[in-house]
Amino acid sequence: MSLGQRVSSDHQLTRLLQIGVVLEEVVESRAAHHLESLPAAEREAIDEEVRELLAEAADESADHRERLEALIDELDAETVSYEDINQLVDARYGAPEDTDGVLYDQLCNEETAYKFYDDLIEAIEASDGEFAVDRDRVLETLRAIREEEKEGVEDVTDVMERRA
Amino acid sequence: MNTADQYLKAVYLAQRIEDGPASTGTLADMLEVSPASVNEMVGKLEERGLVEHEKYKGATLTDEGLERAHNALQTYCIIERFLANVLEVERFREEARALESVIDDTVAERLDTIIDRRAECPDCFDADADCCEYLELEVGNQAD
Repeated sequence: MSLGQRVSSDHQLTRLLQIGVVLEEVVESRAAHHLESLPAAEREAIDEEVRELLAEAADESADHRERLEALIDELDAETVSYEDINQLVDARYGAPEDTDGVLYDQLCNEETAYKFYDDLIEAIEASDGEFAVDRDRVLETLRAIREEEKEGVEDVTDVMERRA
Repeated sequence: MNTADQYLKAVYLAQRIEDGPASTGTLADMLEVSPASVNEMVGKLEERGLVEHEKYKGATLTDEGLERAHNALQTYCIIERFLANVLEVERFREEARALESVIDDTVAERLDTIIDRRAECPDCFDADADCCEYLELEVGNQAD
């Protein structure tokens, strides 16, 4: 068992980046599922703002995934494909009942991603080890993604507050 | 998962293995820390009402401690299952131990949406084998 947050090896860093990719894939897939799964009446009731929010979230996740994949590639490792994760999401997906449920799930997605990157950055900063990929570039990439996740949380919260 | 939750999980598993209070020595071995560190942390957990400690016997979880240990073990089980079944990591136990301090409960909850976990989790966790008794390693193209 390892006590204390620290990332000290290429292997551990790679694994955590792979988890980041899967989280982004889950976000992307769930956002797509939400739009498809709602009953027709609910789907029509989703206003343009919510539709745009989900579409942007899916695009942003795809972009984050690519940035993480570039780092993983340099660490000479592979990632689980979006198709595989999409199938897993599909197998266990339970659709939220209404638009508020969709927004709440999206908020959880963004908050979870933010927390993940925040912890990962802290764990890398706590270690003085060098990696096969430039440490500053890893941190720079992760900090930029974390910032976008923070904005994502704010965007969903704004929409939720407007609808309340 | 924070350090306190890792300790509570270890106390829970040690109690199951020893069928009684978790001794300092067992906890020190499980957590790979010194007995002095164990005693210090157990003292803190006792102050917070999460364990009861009896001299020369060891630590026992209170009801509140047991609930937190259950949640911590569920989180750990999610990490192991995710590594074994999604990333197809052969040495999932070792890697889960290395990663658990960096994976937050909320992150584990999201990962839980794509894994199969039984309703009785964490009761089906085999403390001696250090994994769920129903966990089967997927074989295929490993993502590493």
